[in-house]
This record gives sequence, C-alpha cells and structure tokens, in this order.
Amino acid sequence: MKRLAITTILMLFSTLLYASGTSPVLKKANTDIHDKESLRHGAQLFIDHCTTCHSAKYMRYERLAQDLEISEEDVAKNMLRGGTIKITDTISAAMSAEAGKQVYGVAPPDLTLEAKYQGVDWVYSYLTGFYKDENTTFGYNNHVLDNVAMPWVLASLQESMSEEDFSSDMRDLTNFMDYMAEPIKPWRQNFGKYVLIFLLILLIPVWLLKKEYWKDIH
Amino acid sequence: MSTLSKKGTDLLHWVDYRLPIIKAFKTHMSEYYAPKNLNFWYFFGVLAMLALANQLLSGIWLTMFYSPTLEGAFDSIEYIMRDVQSGWIIRYMHEVGASFFFIAVYLHIYRGFLYGSYKEPRELVWLIGMVIYLLMMAEGFFGYVLPFGNMSYWGAKVILSLISTIPLIGEDLQVWVQGDFFIGGATLSRFFAFHVALFPLILIAGVFLHIVALHQVGSNNPEGIDIKATKDKDGIPLDGIPFHPYYTVHDLIPVVIFFMLFFAAVFYFPGGGGFFIEAPNYLPANNLSTPEHIAPVWYFTPFYAMLRAVTVNFLGIDAKLWGLVVMGGAIIVVFFLPWLDRSPVRSIRYKGRISKAFLMIWTISFLCLGVLGVKPADWAPFWASPTFTIIYFAYFALMPFYTKWETCKTVPDRIKAHGKRQQQ
Amino acid sequence: MSNDDANNKRRMLLTGASCALFTAGGVGWLTPYVRSWNPSARAKAAGAPITIDLSTMPEGTLLVEEWRGMPIYIIKRTKEMIASTLGLDDELRNPNSEDDQQPDYARNATRSIKPEVLVIEGVCTHLGCTPKFRNEKSETAFTGFFCPCHGSKFDFAGRVYKGVPAPTNLKVPPHYYADENTLVIGTDEEGKS
Repeated sequence: MKRLAITTILMLFSTLLYASGTSPVLKKANTDIHDKESLRHGAQLFIDHCTTCHSAKYMRYERLAQDLEISEEDVAKNMLRGGTIKITDTISAAMSAEAGKQVYGVAPPDLTLEAKYQGVDWVYSYLTGFYKDENTTFGYNNHVLDNVAMPWVLASLQESMSEEDFSSDMRDLTNFMDYMAEPIKPWRQNFGKYVLIFLLILLIPVWLLKKEYWKDIH
Repeated sequence: MSTLSKKGTDLLHWVDYRLPIIKAFKTHMSEYYAPKNLNFWYFFGVLAMLALANQLLSGIWLTMFYSPTLEGAFDSIEYIMRDVQSGWIIRYMHEVGASFFFIAVYLHIYRGFLYGSYKEPRELVWLIGMVIYLLMMAEGFFGYVLPFGNMSYWGAKVILSLISTIPLIGEDLQVWVQGDFFIGGATLSRFFAFHVALFPLILIAGVFLHIVALHQVGSNNPEGIDIKATKDKDGIPLDGIPFHPYYTVHDLIPVVIFFMLFFAAVFYFPGGGGFFIEAPNYLPANNLSTPEHIAPVWYFTPFYAMLRAVTVNFLGIDAKLWGLVVMGGAIIVVFFLPWLDRSPVRSIRYKGRISKAFLMIWTISFLCLGVLGVKPADWAPFWASPTFTIIYFAYFALMPFYTKWETCKTVPDRIKAHGKRQQQ
Repeated sequence: MSNDDANNKRRMLLTGASCALFTAGGVGWLTPYVRSWNPSARAKAAGAPITIDLSTMPEGTLLVEEWRGMPIYIIKRTKEMIASTLGLDDELRNPNSEDDQQPDYARNATRSIKPEVLVIEGVCTHLGCTPKFRNEKSETAFTGFFCPCHGSKFDFAGRVYKGVPAPTNLKVPPHYYADENTLVIGTDEEGKS
C-alpha cells in the first residue's frame, strides 16, 4: 500500500519536469559559468555589438572587471566609450529607449536579466537562430522568435566565420549573459560545498549526542 | 526561607525572583513530559519555528534595503542582489526560506491527519494552527507581490479580482483594498506594511498561543495513546520523557539536516527550478502584458486548481464566485476536523481500512491538485480537477460516517519499546 | 558509578563539541548580516572621487563641492590670507598639525599641496556644523573660518584656535592635481581613498 502510494506520488511529480505548452525546441547552450576566458570574450562581444541599442542597467563595469579578472585599464580602453563612462557606472545603451522605439517599433529591452527570464538555452538558440528571410523588414527572421523586431546586427560577424566558430562565440556571449543575470552565481556555486561539508561535520557530534542521551530511554 | 536566598545571590535567581524564568523552563522544557515514541513526523513543528525565525531575521534585514515604491521596488531587489555586500544571500535565504517554511508546515499538518492530533483535548491547538496557516498564506501572498516583477503584479491582479466576485459590494471593495483603481503604489505600500509589520506580529502571537495551548494538554504520539492516563507516584506519565534534554538533543539532528537541505537550495537552486522564483518575475511588472501562464507560487496550487475546477454557472451564481466558495471551503473544512472525525481512536495505525484508504486517496488527490494548479488550465482532461476536488471534499464530508462505522483496532494502554511500531 | 562518570564525561564532551561547532556555524551564518551594513557598491560609486576645474576660480573666494555627503571647501587663498597664517602659533592648539587630520602631503605650514589652494572638509571638528568663511569682505573682526553653532574658530589653513570647543584642525581629504588646474578630491596620487 505504502509502496503504491509512493510510486504514484513520484510519477506525479515527474510530470513537472516536462515543459508545458507549445514552445520551440531549444538547443543546449552548454555554457560553463566558471570559464572566465569565455566570460571575458562574451563580455567584449556584448559591449561591442549589443550595447548600441540594449542597456544592462544593473551591471556595473567595475563589478565585471573584478569578477572576470579584467584590469581597470583594459576596461577603460575597451568598454568605457573613450572615457565618457565611469567604471562605476552601469551598462547603458548608446541609443535612447525612445529612439529605439521609433526606429524598431519597440524599445530594445534591457538585457541584464534576460538569461534568467528566458533561460540560457533560449538565449543561445536565439543568437544562433537567425536566418535570411526576404519577407521581413530587415531581411532576417528567427527560429525562436518569429517575426522578431530586432535587426540581425551580427550578420556580418556570422558570415565572416565558420558555423562552429560562430556558435562558439554565441556560447561565450550566452555565458556572459548568464553571468550578468546573477554575478554572484559562479561564486556561490563554488562556495556552497564548504557550507554543506561543514554541516555534515556538525552532524557527527549532534548525532552522537542524541544517541548518548537516548541510551537512558528503554 | 530567608529573603536573601529568595532574592538570589546569583544573576539567575535575581532575574527569576522578578520574572519566573526557572518555572517557565521547567514547565516547557525540563519538566514537560513528551511521549517517548515521537517519530519523523514530529520534527516539523520545531523546523517550522526555525523557518519562522529565519524569515523574521532575513526579512527585517531586507527591509533595510528594499524600496516599497512603484518605481523603486524591482530595482531595489537587484540592488540587494548586486550592490549590497552579501545582500544576495539574505535575499535567497528569505525567498528559499518561505518555501521551506511551507514544506515544514504542510508536513507538520499532515502529521495531525495521521495521528489524530486534532482530537480532544487538542482541538484548540488545531484551530490556532489553522489560523497560523491562513496567516502564512496571506503573508506569502503579500511577500510575493513586493519584488513587483511581472508575476508579482499579475498574481496580485488575479487574487484581488476575486474580491469583485462578491455580490453587490465586490467592485467597490476591491478598489478600497487596492487604494486605487488599479494595483499601484498605494497597494504596494500597504502590502509592505502588512507583510513586514502586521502579519509577522500576529503570526508570532499565534505561534506563542499554539505552543502554550499544546503544552497545556501535552503532546500526542504516533500510537494515539494518552500518556497522562498512566502516571507514577510523582504524577509523571510513565511513557513520558522530559523534553529537555531528550527532545532538545533529538531535534538537533533534523535541524542540522534541515540546514543542509536549506543551504543546498540557497547555494545551488535558489530559484527552486522555477517554483520558488517564477521566470516572469525577472521582468518588471507590466500592466499591459500578462505572462503566458499565471500560476501562483507552489504552496497555493492545490487550492488554485480547485478554484479553476468550477466552470459551471449554478443557481444564478457565477462560476467565478463558486470557484471562490469551493476554494475557501476547502480550507475552512479543515478547521472542522476535530468534530468530523468521530473515530474512537486517534491514530491512523489503529483506524479501520476505510479511513486508511480515504487518507491515501485524499493525499494523492491533494498532490494531484497541486500539480494541476501549476500546469496550464488545458493540460489535463477537463474532469481531472473536478474529480480530485470532489475526492478532497469527500474525505471530510463522509468522515463522520466512515469513522463511526468502521472497525478499529484496540489501542494499547502503554507505549512499548522506543521507536518500535506496535501495530501494522 | 564509574559508568556514570564515563557517561557524563562523554556527554560533556559531545555537548561541548556540538556547541563549539554550532557557534562557529552561527558566526558564519551571521556574517552576511553584518557585512550587509558596509557601504554598498552603489554607495561606493556615489562616493567616488570628484574632479574640479579651478581655472576660472577667482582669488580669495570659497568654492563648496560635495563629496561623500560632505561639503568640501576649496579656497583660492590670496597672499594676504597665506601671510595671515604665520605667527599665529601661540593662539592655535595644534599649529604643526601633529595628528591624523591630514594626509602626509598636507602636513606643512599651509596644510596643502599648493600654497594658494586650501582643500578642507567643511565639517567643524566639534559637532559637525559647517563653519562660515570670513574674509575681509565679510566685515567681521575675525577672518578665517567661524563656526556659528558653538563659536569655534579656524585660520586660513584650517587650524583650530585655542579656547574654542573644537578639539582638532579641520580635516584635509585625500586629493591630488591631475594637472595645473584640475583638482581630484577623494583619492591621492597612488589611488588611496
């Protein structure tokens, strides 16, 4: 009886693992948020190609310099738009939101939390999902987001390299966005084991203490 | 007794003369005799208290950094996550802690179902506990609105629009509760006051009363045996053991294991796989765009499934209002358990086969409703939610009958060896 | 009897070990709460050094800028103002700046890097009011800095007079000159703030 109940309950909860609704099939991003090299590359790609239109208003340059181990000079040279931005500022878009709305019909969204909202697999599939389509305003459509309003700013980059290399670049960019959505994530995933090990050690005297006192009880 | 020794020569007695701390310690700890056979199901009261303490501390700290304004709320969460030193872990402890609080409380309540902890003389403990549960649900609801993400907003919208289903006064009442014609800054500020000040105070008072009421009559046990029926010459129950040191030491183990699970979640799955923080909440509230699936947080989902299960207009009343009645009724009916259960025995171990069968299908139904509440309305066949809702109510509605009619086993007078089950 | 002793010893040992580990865990658990009270990244960004252009500043005037929530007084001292700081030693509490109220490069007669520019925090060292700038144009007998709250007086190098409630000289914040006319307040050349 008990076994039947437990089996039923487990089967029930396994249904929660399945995605619901009709969503497109997503490619696996396979990003490694502990790979600083990848994150640095992704950061530069993001700054170079995305921040013309998109802000990441919760991400401070200073923070990513610290976490990704980029020197302040390199950040100043490669990311701070020739000194018009301070390293303690957060990432702003070069274009204003109103201008974006006028040109593209919708203001380009802030991307700080995008990877958490959509998930890394979605972001990676999106970035590698653009294809030529004459029936669109800008000439490119997307497998993940049909009739996407965003023009394909990475078209020339994509055409200048092999599919493998481009996918690798997009993996780095996705990785960076994953980091950007929660900069503490690599650290907490690394530190957590020490907390759990400590608690495991704590369990030992606690267990023995209980056993010792409960000898009294028959 | 000389006045000197009464007023005490040490700090402990100085305080005790003025505030009865020694007597309190004896009554509630070192001379509170609890049954010696308390098992796994008896951990969750302590764990719920621990979870409450965690919510209070982490919550108060978050109040120092959170901005309860329309413009600032969402941004202030990211401020806590990124700019405040160690702010991220305080946020995660609070958010993971809320779910762990509910897990502990659901298992704590289930223990009551298993062992008849609600039966005489513990009816008041049960009622106060159910009030605590209601307060927790309100507290959780208000808390989820505060980050003001898109799910916060739309979840609030759905729940508040239930108010408008009340005939005659509903719409005006909803505006009064909101403080505006829509969910705005006024709503957020008052929810903040409720979540941070009012409800925690009432909750703490409730938990205090709950424990005092329990200690007044003594704890139940998995066998349902009344340990106070057999006392020794000093008036101490033969099958009772002092809570301190035996249960203080005993409960440390589940406390450490709770911390392990809790911190595993905080460090590795703080979003709870989408169940603790739902993805749409990573977007700021947008009153022009509803998320694809509005689902309440997991601890509300069984009741949400019941709310959605009613789709027929009936007796001139909207299905929407009936849904509210059914959902409310599902919680209210649990208050009446002490009087619905007319069994001569307390514990499921001694009840008849019908009770056991009913409890099992009720449990499965409740869990199924929970899963159904998470999924989109059209995920399961149309009859699923209504069927499980009916089973849910049948458990209670038929209980006065099956508990009276079934054949129960005889409950022994004494608890046998520690930890060993006496009946199968 | 000895069995009980052994038991008691074991219980004390295990209780002690558990308590010690719980305390250690408790410290770890409280650490984020204590740390969270430190200035946040946002506060540090807002408290970042400020840059001021002094090229158009008239002689003998006071410029007030805000840094870390404090008024910073920048005074372009005239020759008379600088001269007035000499010979005052008997009237001052700490004429040679023998304390930590200034960085090393400001421990000199004029308490500054450049004699003609004084940079001080406009915070009276008594109880924190903003001292008022008194020059010849103020038509007061006293020239220097006068604090209206309790009457403390400081000279044109920010040094405190004897016989007033304020105990120490006005503080000089870390600062340096990026070039001839560009003053950076909040950090000195090596980047210490």
